[in-house]
Amino acid sequence: MTSMMTAPVARVEQRLLTGDAAHGPLPALTGAEIIAMARDAGITGRGGAGFPVWRKLSAVAGTGRPAVVIANAAEGEPAAGKDKALLTTAPGLILDGLQLVARATGAKSVHFYGPAAALGPIGALVRRRGEAVELHAAPDAFVSGEESAVVGAVSGRGAVPADKRVRITESGVGGAPTLVQNVETLAHLALIARYGPAWFRSAGTVDEPGTFLATVSGSVNRPGIVVEAGYGVPLGDLITAAGRRVLAAASDRVSAAGIQAVLIGGYHGGWVPADPTLPVSREMLAPYRAAPGAGVVIALPAGSCGLTETARIANYLAGEVAGQCGPCVNGPPRMAETLADLARRRNRPGLPAEVERLARLVSGRVACRHPDGTARLVVSAMRAFDADVSAHLAGRCLALEGSW
Amino acid sequence: MTDSLHIDWTACDGRGLCAELLPELLAEDDWGYPVARGDMTVPAALEPAAREAVDRCPALALRLVKQVQQVSQVRQPSR
Amino acid sequence: MSDDILWYFARGTGVVSLVLLTVVVALGVGARSGRTAFGLPRFAVNLLHRNAALLSVLFLAGHVIALLFDSYANLDPIDLVVPFVGSYRPFWLGLGTVALDLLAAIVITSLLRHRLGARTWRIVHWLAYLSWPIALPTGWARAATTAPGGCGRSRSAVSPWWGRRWCGVRPRRSAASRPATNAGSHHDWPFRQRRPSR
Repeated sequence: MTSMMTAPVARVEQRLLTGDAAHGPLPALTGAEIIAMARDAGITGRGGAGFPVWRKLSAVAGTGRPAVVIANAAEGEPAAGKDKALLTTAPGLILDGLQLVARATGAKSVHFYGPAAALGPIGALVRRRGEAVELHAAPDAFVSGEESAVVGAVSGRGAVPADKRVRITESGVGGAPTLVQNVETLAHLALIARYGPAWFRSAGTVDEPGTFLATVSGSVNRPGIVVEAGYGVPLGDLITAAGRRVLAAASDRVSAAGIQAVLIGGYHGGWVPADPTLPVSREMLAPYRAAPGAGVVIALPAGSCGLTETARIANYLAGEVAGQCGPCVNGPPRMAETLADLARRRNRPGLPAEVERLARLVSGRVACRHPDGTARLVVSAMRAFDADVSAHLAGRCLALEGSW
Repeated sequence: MTDSLHIDWTACDGRGLCAELLPELLAEDDWGYPVARGDMTVPAALEPAAREAVDRCPALALRLVKQVQQVSQVRQPSR
Repeated sequence: MSDDILWYFARGTGVVSLVLLTVVVALGVGARSGRTAFGLPRFAVNLLHRNAALLSVLFLAGHVIALLFDSYANLDPIDLVVPFVGSYRPFWLGLGTVALDLLAAIVITSLLRHRLGARTWRIVHWLAYLSWPIALPTGWARAATTAPGGCGRSRSAVSPWWGRRWCGVRPRRSAASRPATNAGSHHDWPFRQRRPSR
């Protein structure tokens, strides 16, 4: 589906970010109606994985056992800020959404898991609303927002990912079927309940309906700003909303207003060219092996070395492993070192091939997707900055030479 | 019903017994942890060896699971 | 005569069991530290560890059964479970009982480890580091008295008090049948008499 290529429907929008006040009371819906509504709206999880919400809802509801639902506001990624922004602008929508999924799954207990600083205001709101929501503080670590880590934290075992032989939707907290949903997803559900699936689908693309929250940072005037837009929004619109004028020409990277490349999907994402017309959607980013993920967008300025920046991120990620799984304890650090050698032009034979081999070696193995995400980032840097790779192998650096 | 191997990576110590007992299915990576040669499906002929590997794993990290409830759908969450 | 056979059998099986346990612990420590032994693959070392352990249990069973029927040791079945209540040298027998109980826990949890889970199993398995050092002195004490002249050697190797204790092992053999031992040691008679034989 490439409908938005001919008629770009996605524009920077204000739905979630209008806040709580603008919306009326939550309509009374049955569990089945809520699941049907999520299915018709085609809403997917906004935490990064993009899994269809209704499937998870019906999986948990289908067990027929009392469930546990958890709102997940833990964004361990330093470049992400959309969940924190949502917690301040629309906490009521989040709690509305939490009540909806609790009803849809027949939950026996309802939890909120998020940064410690957010628990006070959320707790106050919960009390005002007279609801029963248990609050849990999320540690400030990269993997703390991963689904099984969330279940671990709520179960009191610690916020580290766990083995997934049995799905969390079947057996999570205390063995109960468990639903973990990102807070943005919940807020969307609260709006869908009020305005309907068709309204939700009026933003985004046919295959990827609705809006999403993006955190735009890097070489922009207002780094860290949270922007709401429909899927398929041109990359240039997101950058412009963050305060940088984007020039038109797509093919010439130099002319994209001093932006060399853009990292989409965050530290587990992929590099894409600084093409202002590039639609930000799963489908259109797939050729670059990137995805909107949790909406993190980082603009790399001309004059910065993409390999050096990626090596820096990879080094951060290598330090954020939970320390449980052997391939993850060893793989990302080795990948980060290898990329750092390339970035510092400490050349040795077969270095690029070694990066690719390591990426293949660590992918698809361990309890969570941390090494996979790290590998994806590193491989994407090798592709996006292939000219830099060649230059670095020859002992030169294009960024330092001002070729950008 | 074919079985397939499942490794609980949070438990695996990389002691390497499974790769020795099941060289047809598992190799060792750079750090001594098992790495699947293929898709971890256990052919009938290798089932005794697979059971032995499961039984001998010092960390109890290796399991035989019914193919149905295996991977792909289980891997919902990224990060 | 049959008492002699039982006595030798008990000591012999005890010593073999202890030697096997020593090998088992060494293999276990080696495997844990990632080393392989004798150029064997790791699963072979693992199997050797397990099989040697089970074999040592077999010998230990022989040891215990022999002691149960040995009229000198005068063991009560309760002595197999509760340490330090025996009539015959309660301290050394008690150590043996502790070692036996720990070993039983280790073996049973190992056989059931797929049910118990790695955590419980591992915690109990750590008891091996307690069980082996406890078994060692009791075994040695008895072994030292097995052969004629053993007493003399152990006496010279350790402090006089310990030597006397250990050599007191076989006091109640008649002087005629075993002149080399400390027959009639004042330490042991009271112990024997404290509990009438069944």
